[in-house]
Amino acid sequence: MKISAIRDLLEANVHCGEGKLDKEVSSVFGCDLMSDVLAYAGDQAVLLTGLVNPQVIRTAVMMDMVCIVFVRSKAPSEEMLTLAKESGIVVLSTDMTMYTACGKLYSNGLVSDYRVK
Amino acid sequence: MSEELVFRFTVDGEDFTSAGQASVQVKKNLRQLGLSAEVIKRVSVAMYEGEINMVIHAGGGIAEVRVCESYVEIILDDKGPGIKDIDLAMQEGYSTATDTIRSLGFGAGMGLPNMRKYTDYMTIESEVGVGTKIVMRVNC
Repeated sequence: MKISAIRDLLEANVHCGEGKLDKEVSSVFGCDLMSDVLAYAGDQAVLLTGLVNPQVIRTAVMMDMVCIVFVRSKAPSEEMLTLAKESGIVVLSTDMTMYTACGKLYSNGLVSDYRVK
Repeated sequence: MSEELVFRFTVDGEDFTSAGQASVQVKKNLRQLGLSAEVIKRVSVAMYEGEINMVIHAGGGIAEVRVCESYVEIILDDKGPGIKDIDLAMQEGYSTATDTIRSLGFGAGMGLPNMRKYTDYMTIESEVGVGTKIVMRVNC
């Protein structure tokens, strides 16, 4: 699925990375706990989260993720967007809850059978 | 490479918002050196976990990354409170972090286990009231 399709499905705002919306992604990790993102995210390309701080961006950088979606209307700060731009990460935000956002993506084909064990 | 390359950082323990800066820089540096994506990810995640730990638990410290011919070594040295029971600290889910730290997305007790998971070699030397030194290696 292209990042632009994620934007459309989640009716999301694009905060940065407009030039990379054509990029294809095949997996998502939804989590507010960065410790678990670092432990379990595997090769997941997109991070859905309701946590808003610079460590969200740095965690995504460490895990080679290409797109972050902030759920529940959370807005990234300028500092966070600067970090994301430096690392070429697309940042989106949606009014949907984590549950609804994950459901929309899953039911439209972004399916993962990844288990932590 | 005939001579090893060393990157050294002072990790600020006062300001949580800057936690992880050194690891982002290390990732950039390793990319410039042309190391494989897998090695870079393993080094940077292990260092990031260690750097966050230093800020959360130890009030900062010194992080050093040595790029050698067959491995990358990460040395994290702090003058924090030390780890009372290393075996317990290595267990997934065990944490002494405060609720404030948990609300920032960390302190789930995954840091040390994760550092071991992402590296090929790891030692912890710690003395209560003196500090902690962690050495990790990722083979190239």
